[in-house]
Amino acid sequence: MSVSVDVRLPREGFTLEVAYDFAAQGVTALFGPSGCGKTSLLRVIAGHEPNASGQVKWDGEQWQGNHFLAPHLRRAGYVFQDARLFAHLNVDGNLRFAEKRAGAGDILRQDVIEGLGIGRLLGRSVADLSGGERQRVSIARSLLSQPRLMLMDEPLAALDLRAKAGILPLIQSLPRRFGVPVIYVTHALDEVAQVADHVVTMKAGRVIAQGPVAAILERPDMQGLSGRFEAGSILEGVIASHDVEMHLTQVDVGGLPFEMPYLDAPVGTPLRLRVRARDVTLATKRPEGISTRNILGGTIVRLEPEPSTAFAEVWVDVGPARVQARVTQAAVRDLALAEGSDVFALIKSVSFDRRALPGAKRG
Amino acid sequence: MSAELAPLWLSLRLAFFTTLALLALGTPLAWWLAMTRSRVKPVIEAVTALPLVLPPTVLGFYLLILFSPNSAFGGFFLSLTGQTLTFSFMGLVVASVIYSLPFMVQPLQSAFEGVGRGPLEAAASLGASPLDRFFSVASPLALRGYITGVVLSFAHTLGEFGVVLMVGGNIPGRTKVISIAIYENVETLDYAQAHWLSAILMGFSFAVLLLVFTVNRRFPVKVI
Repeated sequence: MSVSVDVRLPREGFTLEVAYDFAAQGVTALFGPSGCGKTSLLRVIAGHEPNASGQVKWDGEQWQGNHFLAPHLRRAGYVFQDARLFAHLNVDGNLRFAEKRAGAGDILRQDVIEGLGIGRLLGRSVADLSGGERQRVSIARSLLSQPRLMLMDEPLAALDLRAKAGILPLIQSLPRRFGVPVIYVTHALDEVAQVADHVVTMKAGRVIAQGPVAAILERPDMQGLSGRFEAGSILEGVIASHDVEMHLTQVDVGGLPFEMPYLDAPVGTPLRLRVRARDVTLATKRPEGISTRNILGGTIVRLEPEPSTAFAEVWVDVGPARVQARVTQAAVRDLALAEGSDVFALIKSVSFDRRALPGAKRG
Repeated sequence: MSAELAPLWLSLRLAFFTTLALLALGTPLAWWLAMTRSRVKPVIEAVTALPLVLPPTVLGFYLLILFSPNSAFGGFFLSLTGQTLTFSFMGLVVASVIYSLPFMVQPLQSAFEGVGRGPLEAAASLGASPLDRFFSVASPLALRGYITGVVLSFAHTLGEFGVVLMVGGNIPGRTKVISIAIYENVETLDYAQAHWLSAILMGFSFAVLLLVFTVNRRFPVKVI
C-alpha cells in the first residue's frame, strides 16, 4: 500500500512541488522548517486543497487528478494541531460522531478508549480538557472513523513536556496497535527521533531527502534545515530504573546501561535517545578518574574526514547500537584512528539534554 | 379574537411566516456569503444590506411596481395563484421577507464565519458529507446566530410600517397590521385604543428581547 503524490500548489512565498510515494506502513515523519509546505502537502493528501494540480493516488485509487475524490470519501483520518474537537458535543459525542460515519474496519471502541487513556473523560465538555487531553480525544476520534491512514499535523506543537512525553509513544504505536499507517508532520527533530520509522525532509516546497530515521539523522548536511538540527545517532532503549536521590534515570539500550538526567516517565517506557555527534568523545584506552558516566567500548566502522574543515565523522559500533562522533582530523591523526580500531566512546550524561529527549520542550 | 386585537394577530402571523421564509432563504444565502471567495460577494452583500438604509417608502414603491399585475413578476404570480400580490397578505409576506432580509442574513453570516472552515474540515475527514457537515456541525455551532436572526427578523417585521402601507394599504383582517392600526387610531384621535395597542407591542417586544439576552447570557457555551 502506498500514497503516491505528484502535485503542485502555489502558496505564499513558495510553490509546493512534490512527487513522492509514501509507503503506507509505520510512521513516516514529514520534517522541515516552518513554512516549507509540510502542512500543505498533508492537506493535499487529505483532500482539503482541491485547487492543487497533479495526482494523488491511494493504491491506484485516484484521489486527485482528473477526478477529485471528496475528503469525506477518502477515509484518511486527520489530526490537526488545534485538535478541532466539536464544541457543541462532549467527548463521547465527538467519538460517536466519528463512529456513526465510520467505514468498515476492525478498530474497536474499547481498545481506542483504553489505548489513549480517555475513559474518564467521556462525559466531559471539550471546553474543560487540557491540551494533552484534547489531542488524545482527537486521535481517538480519528481512529474511530476507521481510517485507512492517519495524517497528523504537528499534534504536539502546543503541548508541554509532560503531555508530549505521554503521547509520543502512543503515536509511535498506532501502526502496530491499530494497523493504521501514519504520516506525521513536525518541525521538531526530537519528535522525529522519537516516533518516526522513515523520514521525508522538505525545504521550500520540495522533498530534499528521505530515508530510514537513523540514516537521515546521521547526515551532517541536515543542519541547515532547522536551527536546532545537529547530526547524531539514535539509541533505542527502555527506562530501567530511576535514581531519585541523584535525579538520574537509567536506560537499558540492548543490554548497555545508559545514564541520563531524570525523565518523568514510568519504568518500562520505551525510549529513543538521540546522541549528538559533537557530544561524543573518543578514547583509545578506557579512561579512569573521569566524570563522564557513559563509557562504551566498540569498533570504528566508518571514518569520514570532512573536506576542507577541521572535522571528521566517526561511527563506532558499540554492540547493540552505532554511535556517531564528531572529532577533529588532528585527533584522528594523533590517535591513529582508522576503520577497525578499537575505541571507547564517551558520552556525558548531561549531554542527553532536554532537546535530545523525546517530547522535550524546545529551547 | 376581538376586532380590536385583529391587527395584532395579523402582525404576529405576518412575522411568523416571514421569519419562516427568511430561515429557508436566508440560510443558504448567508452560508454562501460566509464561505465564498467569489469576487461578486461584496455586490451581493450590498444588495442584501440595502433595506437597512433605504427609506421603507422607496422599497415599498418598487415592490408596488413589481407586484402590479401589469409587471412580469406580478402577472406571473397572478396566473399562478389567481391572486394579486398587491393589497394581499401574501404580498405583505414577500415584501417583509425582502425588508427584513439583512436582519436574518447578517447574524447568520457572521455566525457561519465564526464557525470557520476548521471544524468542517475535521468533520469531512471523519467521513461527513457536505450536507451532513452543514446540519451536524455548522448549524449547531451557529445556533446563536440563528437565535439572533430569528428574533431580529420577527421583531423587525412586527414593527414594520412604511413598506406595509405602500404595498398592502389598510384592509382590515388582510393587511391592517398593528402599526397601521395604531397610526389609524391616532389619526382618528382614538388615543385610548392607540395606547392599548402600543403598550402591547412595547411589552411584547421587550419581553422577547429580554428572553434572548437572558438565554444568551445564561448558556453562552451551549449556544455557541
